[in-house]
Amino acid sequence: MAINAFYNEILTDHNLHPMHKYNLKDPNLILEGLNPSCGDDIVLQLKMDDNGVIVDGSYNGDGCAVSMASADMMLDLVIGKHKDEAKRLADIFVRMIKKEATEEEIEELEEAGSLRDISHMPSRVKCAVLGWHTMEELVDKEPIKNPGEHSGEAVSTE
Amino acid sequence: MIDVNKVRADFPFFAATDLAYLDNSATSQNPKCVMDAEWQFYVDSNANPFRGIYELSERATSAYEHGRETVKDFIHAKSTKEIVFTRNASESLNLIAYSFAPMVLEEGDEILVSILEHHSNMLPWRMAAEKAGATVKYLEVDITGEVSAEMVAEALTPKTKIFAITQVSNIMGRENDIKTFAKLCHDNGTYIVCDGAQSVPHMPVDVQDLDVDFLAFSGHKMLSPMGIGVLYGKEEHLAAMPPFLTGGEMISTVSYDSMTYSELPHKFEAGTVNASGSVALEAAIKYIQSIGFEDIQARETMLCKRMLDGIKDIPHVTVLGSDKPEEHHGIITFKIDGVHPHDISAIFADNNVAVRAGHHCAQPLHICLGIPSTTRASVMFYNTEEEVDRFLDILSQIRGAMGYGD
Ligand SMILES: Cc1ncc(COP(=O)(O)O)c(C=O)c1O
Repeated sequence: MAINAFYNEILTDHNLHPMHKYNLKDPNLILEGLNPSCGDDIVLQLKMDDNGVIVDGSYNGDGCAVSMASADMMLDLVIGKHKDEAKRLADIFVRMIKKEATEEEIEELEEAGSLRDISHMPSRVKCAVLGWHTMEELVDKEPIKNPGEHSGEAVSTE
Repeated sequence: MIDVNKVRADFPFFAATDLAYLDNSATSQNPKCVMDAEWQFYVDSNANPFRGIYELSERATSAYEHGRETVKDFIHAKSTKEIVFTRNASESLNLIAYSFAPMVLEEGDEILVSILEHHSNMLPWRMAAEKAGATVKYLEVDITGEVSAEMVAEALTPKTKIFAITQVSNIMGRENDIKTFAKLCHDNGTYIVCDGAQSVPHMPVDVQDLDVDFLAFSGHKMLSPMGIGVLYGKEEHLAAMPPFLTGGEMISTVSYDSMTYSELPHKFEAGTVNASGSVALEAAIKYIQSIGFEDIQARETMLCKRMLDGIKDIPHVTVLGSDKPEEHHGIITFKIDGVHPHDISAIFADNNVAVRAGHHCAQPLHICLGIPSTTRASVMFYNTEEEVDRFLDILSQIRGAMGYGD
């Protein structure tokens, strides 16, 4: 499509056919992420085992394609990984957007690397990092014993 | 008829860009004559108005007051005492909510606010209601944005002291029948506060004919620089109201423990005024008058018609408000099924078209309509058919660009 190269197939596909946009049955970590500038609002749900491995994850919410697709790509990448590894990848993602990541690092992000051009659109950066930022905050929280209870907390990109 | 190329030559902005600027209801561009007037004030009239007794200060005062005179004539106020300069419409509306509302509100009273309102004509009323122990009642609308006289008559109660409503909605572009509403209000013992931010730049407004108690508008939406706005208020109200801000210029005498206020309208203009803003606004009004509202409205309606006709052929696009172009006053707000407005406006931006996405400072309206956010394209008489066509061309490709098959 000539009118916009940024919204490539990877992005639109994750937006229209997300793999992880639903509610997990038994998450033990839940956090809402907000991006007031775009009105993006996601609820990230993770299931982490006693060793700190993210065994499953999902998100739900409303927002622009960039925020939704980016969260979907993020979950693709971090499910099955230890939280420290997930945070390391989030750090690469954020540095990619600041143009501070190496090609090798960007390769590690797999499909999420396709969002690198967002750095040309400063107003959309917050949308792209919303899911990642929410995940970074969430994995360091104490998993809840009683799954299903939403703490009501929220993080914001502001 | 407007020769658009000739008109555009008056605006330095267009020489410097090939952006299709379709966000005019957020702010408008300034013609060179307005910039020149502001510049000229600083060249030969710049002194602190009212404060010096030398000739230069008198020249500054007279330039400032001349602007007020022009505004008075423009909206057909009875006297310049009824014209208060502010920074913008928001400040004007806050002034009423702070100074006037407490005089008339009692505990248990109601303020009726249309759900169409910009936050600037909504939040001040919530604050005023809270302070007075009154309540805010919303007058709801559907996606057509229509507010009928019946709806107003039904919503007014014996407790309604103030009705706050916009003359033209910044989302729907639709004009409200303020004259009829004012009559209904006054028969009910209700004051009517009219937000003219989107009407005054686009149509003749006569405050005496409308018989509103207050009218607020901003210069920057009508070809002037940012930082100058107007509050019109009936003299009897302004005379009875306490000042909003205190300080220099708004008093006539101050002793150790007492003061007397200046005459209207200076009572409401504390501190050094925006004299060059008044001069620029005057130049903008003269410019608008030189083109004439008849031609301005004809052209803006023609551009809206072109947009609406084009949109009819694009599937999955829904326009808010009326289906008649003459009921849009330059404003076309829409949604595209399955595409978030921020993605829409980003694609437009990428293609050099400026439109606005979000809730446009009217979040309660979006809640009322059950639409999280929308995209708005707004034209002024200086926009071209070619710009509208560019807009339509991109609009028709957006769903495809977002991965939809149709
Ligand atoms: C209907 C309406 N009222 C009030 C305002 C506030 O104007 P300003 O920001 O100039 O105070 C606007 C502009 O955004 C508007 O569209």
